[in-house]
Amino acid sequence: MQRATLDLWVGLFVVAGLGALLFLALKVGNMTGFESGQTYVVKAAFENIGGLKPRAPVKSAGVVVGRVSEIGFDNHSYEAVVSLKLDQQYKFPRDSNASIMTSGLLGEQYIALEAGGEEKMLADGDTLKLTQGAVVLENLIGQFLYNKAEGAGSTAGPAEQ
Amino acid sequence: MSDNLIEIRDLSFAYGDRLVLKGINLVARRGQVVAIMGISGGGKTTLLRLIGGALRPTTGLLTVDGVDMSRIDNAGLYALRRRMGMLFQFGALFTDMSVYDNVAFPLREHTDLPEEMIHDLVLMKLNAVGLRGASELMPSELSGGMARRVALARAIALEPRLILYDEPFAGLDPISLGVTGNLIRRLTDTLGITSIVVTHDIQESLRMVDYVYFVSEGVIAAEGTPDELRASDEPFVHQFVHGEEDGPVPFHYPAQGYAADLELRA
Amino acid sequence: MTALALNTLRRIGRRVVNSVWRMGTATRFFALTLLHSGQSFSRFHLTIREIFSAGVLSLIIILVSGLFVGMVLGLQGYETLQTYGSEEALGVLVSLSLVRELGPVVAALLFASRAGSAITAEIGLMKATEQIAAMEMMAVDPIARVVAPRFWGAVISMPLLAALFSAMGIFGGYLVGVVLIGVDEGSFWSQMQAAVDFREDVLNGVIKSVVFGVAVTAIALFEGYDAPPTAEGVSRATTRTVVTSSLAILGLDFILTAFMFSGV
Repeated sequence: MQRATLDLWVGLFVVAGLGALLFLALKVGNMTGFESGQTYVVKAAFENIGGLKPRAPVKSAGVVVGRVSEIGFDNHSYEAVVSLKLDQQYKFPRDSNASIMTSGLLGEQYIALEAGGEEKMLADGDTLKLTQGAVVLENLIGQFLYNKAEGAGSTAGPAEQ
Repeated sequence: MSDNLIEIRDLSFAYGDRLVLKGINLVARRGQVVAIMGISGGGKTTLLRLIGGALRPTTGLLTVDGVDMSRIDNAGLYALRRRMGMLFQFGALFTDMSVYDNVAFPLREHTDLPEEMIHDLVLMKLNAVGLRGASELMPSELSGGMARRVALARAIALEPRLILYDEPFAGLDPISLGVTGNLIRRLTDTLGITSIVVTHDIQESLRMVDYVYFVSEGVIAAEGTPDELRASDEPFVHQFVHGEEDGPVPFHYPAQGYAADLELRA
Repeated sequence: MTALALNTLRRIGRRVVNSVWRMGTATRFFALTLLHSGQSFSRFHLTIREIFSAGVLSLIIILVSGLFVGMVLGLQGYETLQTYGSEEALGVLVSLSLVRELGPVVAALLFASRAGSAITAEIGLMKATEQIAAMEMMAVDPIARVVAPRFWGAVISMPLLAALFSAMGIFGGYLVGVVLIGVDEGSFWSQMQAAVDFREDVLNGVIKSVVFGVAVTAIALFEGYDAPPTAEGVSRATTRTVVTSSLAILGLDFILTAFMFSGV
């Protein structure tokens, strides 16, 4: 085969391969949106983060507005410190509330942001004051059983007499 | 500059423990065609590989174009090989390239010549072997004799001082054989190169070479000009030159007695 | 009895020593290839030729296989997901299994049998017909001129082929899931986009395919260069290339997957 046609084929092949990669990156993966855009980071301390993972979504009213960028532990307050990377285009009041929720009964955990009423908006490096940790299923069940037992105890009590 | 392009003194070579060459003495003068002959497995090809630098001598002296081959480093070897061409038994043409590209290969690898000049040089070399018209063919479309001529054109592309031929006549029809033989002689004379031909084709060799060495069982068994050899009455040379079946080189592979093998009981 | 046991032991020992020996030779050969790679880039048309024979010529088998694998995934995935009432997750299932695993692995397996065996046979035959020796006698280094361009050509082709395989597979899954069965198109793509992460999934898949490409090509080149110069030797080396590189792909895949996806 002549060198020119060979080059053409190789060129087509490389372009098609890169096109497939681009397709995987943009259409299949989620490299669109805030990944490349401007972001700001706020922190939130939680008593318990349950099964929250880095890169978990941060949603407000169900819309993804950012992602968890880092999870740390505070040695003084013994709380988990979660950094949230939020898209610059979304603004939230400083008294917004962050809580860890679960999508579905056993689904992935994410952070829900609920806007507060203050006029000052969150800026890079701020810390969210109002947080609510993850609901740990084991604790919930334990509490439920405890309540049941207590209830049973109080009804059984009089019958014994 | 010495008159001898190749000088070999008391050369020995062993593959591991097996001694293949024992005390070889050989000289090839510039402009000569020297044949190395002998029966198969007698160490001829090993000798050729030593001259080409693919193997190093175990003991003894081997100089090629004034370079001591037992002390040569890789860069020196590569520099020497640019002044050396080799024709392999079946040509060893690059099967994925056309005849033209095969001949152009050494020029493209070793020179920065512009493509037009390479074109002219390639056609000149192909013309010298009579195959200018075949430049666009692929090696698979060539006959054995043609492939060897193309390989010869490739070997002379860089105008070497020495060409080594490994069995150039093997498997050729009588016409191709004569053509190849004449070509070796003519190229040697017109380009002023030295040719070392390893072969067992005695008749063709005696017709065209200047000097013959017989290698047998690792030593030079006989040497001389073609005329001397034809007249020789040494049993080995006589057997070889006249193609006799039995002689110093026996027809039978060593075995126990024939009768014992057949379990004959008298 | 003891003699037999001793003999067996001796044979096993020799085999082990031999394979360690070969491993060392192969490593040295690989290092030499990397060391003599300068020409593959300074004279890039040498590498382009090899991208053609390794990549472009493998294109058809990769595209067709990718399409069918994706279609089968679409069918099977739909059947399974339907029982849980979550057919919309079909896009996620198809894309994740392709991008993370099937794309790199199956493309590399196909590549090993299509391009790897061709490389081994070609180099083995070049050796058997003394083309390699002829090159050496012309003062041309066969590692730099023959081996290294093939290495880089194949290593460049492999991730592109794997990406094409995955993309084709996702298209196949889309054809079966959305066009044929009638899964909602919007949720097919949007759930896929929500679940597939560029760095975690797509990039890791690309890394995998590069590693597989290096492994397959290194094995194929070494087997070809090391093959005994006979017809039988070359054919056995070709078989060994396919077997060894397939095992290497699957083994490496396990190791890489363990590293990439179980970490966090």
